[in-house]
Amino acid sequence: MMNLTLKIWRQKNASDKGKMMDYALSDVSPDMSFLEMLDVLNQELIEKGEEPVAFDHDCREGICGTCSLYINGRAHGPETKITACQLHMRSFNDGDTIYIEPWRAKAFPVVKDLIVDRSAFDRIQQAGGFISVNTSGNTQDANAIPIEKEHADKAFDAATCIGCGACVASCKNSSAMLFVGAKVSQFALLPQGQVEATDRVLNMVKQMDEEGFGNCTNTGACEVECPKGISLENIARMNQEYLKASLKG
Amino acid sequence: MSGILNSSIGRKFAMALSALFLMIFILQHFAINILSVFSPDTFNDVSHFMGTFWVIQYLLQPVLIFGVIFHFVMGFVLEIKNNKARAVSYTKNNPSGNSTWMSRNMIWSGGFILVFLIIHFIDFWIPEINTKYIAGDMSGLINPEIADSGYRYHEELVHKFEPIWRVALYCIGFIFLALHLLHGFNSSFQSIGANNKYTKGLKGFAKVYSIGVPLGFIFIALFHHFNH
Ligand code: HEM
Ligand code: SF4
Ligand code: FES
Repeated sequence: MMNLTLKIWRQKNASDKGKMMDYALSDVSPDMSFLEMLDVLNQELIEKGEEPVAFDHDCREGICGTCSLYINGRAHGPETKITACQLHMRSFNDGDTIYIEPWRAKAFPVVKDLIVDRSAFDRIQQAGGFISVNTSGNTQDANAIPIEKEHADKAFDAATCIGCGACVASCKNSSAMLFVGAKVSQFALLPQGQVEATDRVLNMVKQMDEEGFGNCTNTGACEVECPKGISLENIARMNQEYLKASLKG
Repeated sequence: MSGILNSSIGRKFAMALSALFLMIFILQHFAINILSVFSPDTFNDVSHFMGTFWVIQYLLQPVLIFGVIFHFVMGFVLEIKNNKARAVSYTKNNPSGNSTWMSRNMIWSGGFILVFLIIHFIDFWIPEINTKYIAGDMSGLINPEIADSGYRYHEELVHKFEPIWRVALYCIGFIFLALHLLHGFNSSFQSIGANNKYTKGLKGFAKVYSIGVPLGFIFIALFHHFNH
């Protein structure tokens, strides 16, 4: 069992200034997940009549991407290729002080405590992260369209992005290029994506810029912190697609 | 092409193109400078050619000056924009866990290169422009009155590297250039969308270039300081 000091960002609402607050938590099992540890803390706070810490979570198995926690200076904590819900307390030691903060980006304003508003990502998706297919009964069988294995694999890898925003949170510029790069690549590599390719990349990048995300300096922090291992190659592909589209458009 | 410089990717692309141009220029600059170590006469001849050939003086030189100014102005613009994208910073941040110091401090390495460049301009470029275009002496001779007095370039170079403070300053400037390029070289290829099967090989070459070229410049400065 471990005793921990937690330093957690508390902020009542979007307009509150917010501050870091200290909490002591004892008897933490190393087998708990990080979110379970927060559940235990919240139970204690509720029993004391205090406001529990608000944090985002849903699937708790690394699929949905909602659990956005900046733990000890890293997105999703010290381990790589996992989300915060997949992080376990065995990654920490008895007596540790753990800092827990929300994603920090102008485009991701804090809603409450550790919850941020990531609807900027939704708006980027709405700007072009889709294909228009006639589904009124005459859809083609997917297997009828042959696709090179390498392209199929790369498109699939890009499509594993869960939109968690760890890339933005860990980028020194709060840049969303890895997310948008993945969403553009996922279609750019497949024949189904070609019809709207030009508009897609132009509109998605335009929306990304309007949301106030920063530029990419190619530090590669996003790739290291991405729970799905989305590669920087996707940003390069987006840059290429963007250039092609700008020359056309 | 509608307003490509107004987009994040467009700006990055322009940044990378100016950087690629500067990297080619610096290689060329190094190739000429190293001649000053091995063959002062060849160095003099090439310097005279570079300093008087109209294509270089009136076409390439303005392009270079534009390239340098564009690069550092855009560097500052990007830095300001990027800082604005995060209004509240983290209480505890551990960026060394996911990225290199060089990649996160391009504005600092670049800033020191800019200081170096200003001094370098005052040292060499302004006197050169003054001699050629203001005093009107295009002869390149040590004494323009005496036809066989020989070219002045090597002598001026050696003279400049007499004071140890200037040698030290040049060495520091080139250390910052090496740091800048250790991230920048590969970064510029990523920016223009080239990340493919050649990227791994390019990374090796990038290390050789980014350390080798600045080290070469440092060698030249030290050579002239201690050898004359
Ligand atoms: C004059 C002073 C300079 C300043 C202030 C400066 C500043 C910068 C900055 C801030 C960046 C990063 C931009 C970003 O966030 O994407 C950068 C990138 C770069 N710089 Fe410089 N720099 C200078 C000189 C140079 C020189 C002389 C060279 C080459 C010989 C050079 C080569 C590069 C390269 C290769 C990159 C990477 C471009 C990319 O990421 O696409 N810089 N510079
Ligand atoms: S690219 Fe990776 S880090 Fe970014 S949103 Fe997608 S899954 Fe999350
Ligand atoms: S809660 Fe769904 S990924 Fe963590």
